[in-house]
Amino acid sequence: MSSTAPPSDGLDHVDERLLRTTPLKKLLARPELGSVVGAIAVFVFFSVAADSFLNPSSLGTVLYAASTLGIMAVPVALLMIGGEFDLSAGVLVTSSALVSSMFSYQMTANVWVGVGVSLLVTLAIGAFNGFMLTRTKLPSFIITLGTFLMLTGLNLGLTKLISGTVSTKTIADMEGFSSARKLFASQLTVGGVEFKVTILWWFALVALATWILLRTRFGNWIFAVGGGADAARAVGVPVYRTKIGLYLGVAFCAWISGQHLLFSFDVVQSGEGVGNELIFIIAAVIGGCLITGGYGSAIGSAIGALIFGMTSKGIVYAEWNPDWFKFFLGAMLLLATLLNAWIRKRVEATK
Amino acid sequence: MTTATKTESAPLVELDDVSKYYGNIRALEGVSLEVRSGEISCVLGDNGAGKSTLIKIVAGLHQHDTGTFRIEGEEVTLGNPRDALDRGIATVYQDLAVVPLMPVWRNFFLGSEPTKGSGPFKRLDVGLMRTTTREALLRMGIDLRDVDQPIGTLSGGERQCVAIARAVHFGAKVLVLDEPTAALGVKQSGVVLKYVAAARDQGLGVVLITHNPHHAYLVGDRFVLLKRGVMAGSHTKGSVTLDELTRQMAGGTELEDLRHELERPSGT
Repeated sequence: MSSTAPPSDGLDHVDERLLRTTPLKKLLARPELGSVVGAIAVFVFFSVAADSFLNPSSLGTVLYAASTLGIMAVPVALLMIGGEFDLSAGVLVTSSALVSSMFSYQMTANVWVGVGVSLLVTLAIGAFNGFMLTRTKLPSFIITLGTFLMLTGLNLGLTKLISGTVSTKTIADMEGFSSARKLFASQLTVGGVEFKVTILWWFALVALATWILLRTRFGNWIFAVGGGADAARAVGVPVYRTKIGLYLGVAFCAWISGQHLLFSFDVVQSGEGVGNELIFIIAAVIGGCLITGGYGSAIGSAIGALIFGMTSKGIVYAEWNPDWFKFFLGAMLLLATLLNAWIRKRVEATK
Repeated sequence: MTTATKTESAPLVELDDVSKYYGNIRALEGVSLEVRSGEISCVLGDNGAGKSTLIKIVAGLHQHDTGTFRIEGEEVTLGNPRDALDRGIATVYQDLAVVPLMPVWRNFFLGSEPTKGSGPFKRLDVGLMRTTTREALLRMGIDLRDVDQPIGTLSGGERQCVAIARAVHFGAKVLVLDEPTAALGVKQSGVVLKYVAAARDQGLGVVLITHNPHHAYLVGDRFVLLKRGVMAGSHTKGSVTLDELTRQMAGGTELEDLRHELERPSGT
């Protein structure tokens, strides 16, 4: 075959032993495939079950629900690909909002100062998680379970100590509130439908995370530390720095999420956020992340979040009792995971 | 051959009367080893003979206690694996060679990824990584179907070969192989030994750790036998036969004893 047209470079060179892979088959090999199938199924289901589900205005609502979760599902997915968990991610969002609000209220007149301080504090907590993990070599499940409980207690205790109640004081009349609100909690109207700005944040983060994962050295290291930390260390990958970086990523997104919470509701309830950490993990797993690390995608986590948004709002549109929501979420998780495993087996077998 | 002139220069790696103790345990005592460019030095020994300790010293994971360790004539004590890598000593561990879920090309460049662009647009040079991986593997005689497949889908022997090709590509002068054929079948072992020979032909010095004298004798130029932490023999290819090597390795008298023990008691 080389006699007809020798390949000019290795890129165009196609091995004759390779059967031609159709684009469809390539698509099937993507980690997020199971979640795409699941998302379509959920979409069709609620389109039939709820008349108002297909209204354009519903789109904005569903996407908003998906984005608030999706912003956190992205870094949690990256962390899971890197082989670790963060159970403190849910309450960290609340901590970030509380710090921002209370620092602004107590110390200054400008909310932007609080926003900045909150970023530093949140990143410090993320760094704490990362350093504890790499120093003690304990499982991240234990470490972040500890931070989760400590933060839950601190959120309630400190808020009561400083504000006197379980929620923060209003900061709506303070300087910079409107500009901060514009950044973290404004709405855009496109074609008569209202979209929250968090949707933009979410899309941007998914794009950024995908870029990092697939096209940077750091992304290569994330896959490596999750897929085989010892092998990665043996070839000179900075395993500890990579893991700490991933925890900082979770903290950064918790900060964005927390500021959204603060500037859309003005006051923050200190008991919020408990239980959300599991929903972030669920979104990542539905999206095709391997719970043992080394495999997954940021786009998958976004689709997982979208399934969450469609289910939580679809039940409302179908006028069912929202008590059923958790049942649906659990069933989705099981189905998506089974589907992922089955598809991966099929794809690997046909290779 | 050029080896005749090369032997005049200092060996790439030379261990002279090296010992290593873990507390009051004698792990290694009085071991000498010579690795020259374009030659394969085999370290043979049973389990617990001190083979792992020896490669850990060469790979920079442990430091020797007495004796001298020279790299290209210069006396050294390696502080860590990075030190060893910087001096051109690459170690391929049997089970730590690669990350199974990652594509071959990502594995090949792991830890030394080439990038292009600058600032926030600094990105992996994916095209270069793919073509270089294919070419470097081809140069070693490994013709992969697809560099995009997860390396875990390759056989154990192929994975070892990729790890060897990686070490060669990144300019290793000395290649340390920890039991590369231990978990492999006969055919796979042959393939790996072929690539070990290919690395030697590219001018590398190779340290081959094994407990299989047949594999060692096929490719080796020098043989060091370890037994319970001390050197039980040191030969060059010309001075020893395979039978002799096998007998020494298995411990001739011990094997004789074993045969007596295993013999069916006759007459009962």
